[in-house]
Amino acid sequence: MDMPAPDLGVIARKARTVARLRGVLGPDSVIDAPEELRVYECDALTAYRCPPMAAVLPRTTDEVSRLLRICWEEGVPVVPRGSGTSLAGGAMPTADCVILGVARMNAVLETDYENRFIRVQSGRTNLSVSGAVEAEGFFYAPDPSSQLACAIAGNIAMNSGGAHCLKYGVTTNNLLGVTLVQMDGTVVTLGGPWGDPAGLDLLGVVCGSEGQLGVVTEAYLRILPKPEGARPVLVGFNSNEVAGACVADIIRAGLLPVAIEFMDRPCIRATEAFAKAGYPDCEALLIIEVEGSEAEISEQLGRIRQIALAHDPVEFREAEDEDQAKRIWLGRKSAFGAMGQINDYMCLDGTIPVSSLPHVLKRIGEMSAQFGLDVGNVFHAGDGNMHPLILFDANKPGDLEKCEAFGAEILKLCVEVGGCLTGEHGVGIEKRDLMSVQFSAADMEAQMRVKDVFDPKWLLNPAKVFPLATSAARRAG
Amino acid sequence: MRPLSEAELAEAVAGATGPLVVRGGGTRTIGHAVGEVLETSGLTGIELYEPGALTLVVKAGTSVAEVDRVLAGERQRLAFEVPDLCDLLGRTGASTIGGVVAANASGPRRVQVGAARDALLGVRFVDGAGVVVKNGGRVMKNVTGYDLAKLMAGSRGTLGVLTEVSFKVQALPEVEATLVVEGLGDEAGLAVLRQALGSPFDISGAARLSGRSLIRVEGMAGSVAYRLDQLRGRIGGDASVAEGGDSASLWRAVRDVTPFQGKPGAVWRIITMPTAAAEIVARLEAEAIWDWGGGLVWLRTDLGRGAEVAAAVAGRGHATLVRGEGGRAFPASAPEVAALVAGLKAKFDPRGILNAGMVA
Repeated sequence: MDMPAPDLGVIARKARTVARLRGVLGPDSVIDAPEELRVYECDALTAYRCPPMAAVLPRTTDEVSRLLRICWEEGVPVVPRGSGTSLAGGAMPTADCVILGVARMNAVLETDYENRFIRVQSGRTNLSVSGAVEAEGFFYAPDPSSQLACAIAGNIAMNSGGAHCLKYGVTTNNLLGVTLVQMDGTVVTLGGPWGDPAGLDLLGVVCGSEGQLGVVTEAYLRILPKPEGARPVLVGFNSNEVAGACVADIIRAGLLPVAIEFMDRPCIRATEAFAKAGYPDCEALLIIEVEGSEAEISEQLGRIRQIALAHDPVEFREAEDEDQAKRIWLGRKSAFGAMGQINDYMCLDGTIPVSSLPHVLKRIGEMSAQFGLDVGNVFHAGDGNMHPLILFDANKPGDLEKCEAFGAEILKLCVEVGGCLTGEHGVGIEKRDLMSVQFSAADMEAQMRVKDVFDPKWLLNPAKVFPLATSAARRAG
Repeated sequence: MRPLSEAELAEAVAGATGPLVVRGGGTRTIGHAVGEVLETSGLTGIELYEPGALTLVVKAGTSVAEVDRVLAGERQRLAFEVPDLCDLLGRTGASTIGGVVAANASGPRRVQVGAARDALLGVRFVDGAGVVVKNGGRVMKNVTGYDLAKLMAGSRGTLGVLTEVSFKVQALPEVEATLVVEGLGDEAGLAVLRQALGSPFDISGAARLSGRSLIRVEGMAGSVAYRLDQLRGRIGGDASVAEGGDSASLWRAVRDVTPFQGKPGAVWRIITMPTAAAEIVARLEAEAIWDWGGGLVWLRTDLGRGAEVAAAVAGRGHATLVRGEGGRAFPASAPEVAALVAGLKAKFDPRGILNAGMVA
């Protein structure tokens, strides 16, 4: 993984830039001491690290506007950072950049239950958005695994999903409006607490643009009334094909579970050893969750049971109470931790058409033998969003590179069967150089034109998303 | 011009010497574009349909009727309920699926499942220079690169000509039923809709039509009966239930703005906050149909009241003139937003030939 060489001119002007930033933000909001900058040297893609030139922690949209204007005038690249939980290196700094952290902007600005929205500052964590409306019986639907820590700003940048998006959609389907600050300091309001946009859906293209079009400081989010209840079932199968067929049959029957999670044998065994959730030792396991009143849950689970039993499962386990429900989810929720107990791992998130599932799992198994690295699969089966976890040893020379090569082959396979490189984590630096597998030069050119409009100098998070060679001329400005 | 393939269409755009009016079926076009007509109705056919994955890929000129027919064969549908505005706008012709995307046209179920843009998984289009671009794909979760599919949805052919679109589709519910609440004024009748939308009963339609508040639930029979019962208990008052075909015809009337058909005057489509809807209508003293719990107001006014409508809506939504003479059809944007829109137009259609003047 390469990053562009830092702009030495920018680094030479560091003292002046930092002084100007302090003038606007005050002394406690600008960090430039090397030891304090270590905090920002990476996000959750910890394999790559580089401390930034400085970091700023603004408190208001106006401060964001003024600091971006300074960086724009000084030609300093800016890397926005939510909570730093990106698995794709979306908040990875360069040595000549300023990290713009939104952590201090975490207030709830407005809640409106009649119109069903909440307006928050973008540094607020995902889970605490739901927390703010819980007492009134509402919640914010997108639920990435990192929801305890991750910020709405990062969710918007990556268009984050989660286990329950089969029913509720991802961030873009639950985002009503934003306050966006462009690199030159211009403050723009896109959307608002209502439905369709007035003209072009600029909000739609900002969501998922990985912090390259502007810095989101405030957001209007859709809140939903909480369902009356939810209950999972666990179904074990002796073949991936049959588990895949069962998923397709459930969907075809018109049932809409809120989640359908899939784990394969290596992952089941690892989580059993770690969490002891009492899962059956089988080839493939589904966790299916439905929502509603007691009667509605029974009606749906009855139908699911009927479909599942027709596929001759090795086990069909319905949660009888809250405790059993927790045990069904326990293994799934411990899966990443369990794999991490065994070794270092890289987590991919390519998406495939659900019909390709058996073929893709078989090919991943073959590649695993070929590369000599173990892999466990746990993923959102209803929408085809895979999460292969490749195990490697970071202390063993060459293992990371081998793991990355294996990962790249899996992602190419995802594209080959009609899917994509990333379903919810984003491109960042991790999948940047694979973009040309999925997109033609013209496809990427069309995307880069959007950045040309929002950020003509290519100063915002510039070395991400597009292959370096593809964006080189624009970054050179 | 009526190209028969994407390649022909790209050639036609690249070789165009003057402005082009991009047209699907011409059934929902609004605004003032002028130029040679470029029809997409020659690009037809289902490219891929996987009912078990809820995925449909279809060429942009395919008629909505054909898409509906194919989906119905597998007991599925487009979730966002495509409005048919032919009778409202006095148009004939076959609405195309590309036109639906270009207008981001969504019906009553938007309150539950989102708009056309939310069901859209991917697009192929030809930009103003004649270059073919693809974005998104056929899978439900995809954050690879920028989401240009969203940008194309609702862009009304001003940035590119859609050639192929893919959707997440939905299974038909076992049953549908509508709670019909009578005897309430507009303010109270809309409050009932908001109350329903704030309940956990998964409402798939909340509208006010001809003095009645309509609340729709869909799903498995037992669940629908349960939710209707709960809603009736909470809302009280004078409520009856319309089932099956009776329910469906009520929602067709809301979706297609049936009560305004054949009546004179301007028709406005106002997007606002539900709590502002009653007051906006009262201020303008005009006939209204409320959908999306009040978030969408169809308003029939005398001609020439554009400034009044814009003033009533200002700061809490926006209004589009879908039928009627005089003034611009689309609402004006704030200057900094207009600058971004102009910038994108210049990049995607450097010669300014696609639906020029439409949104002015």
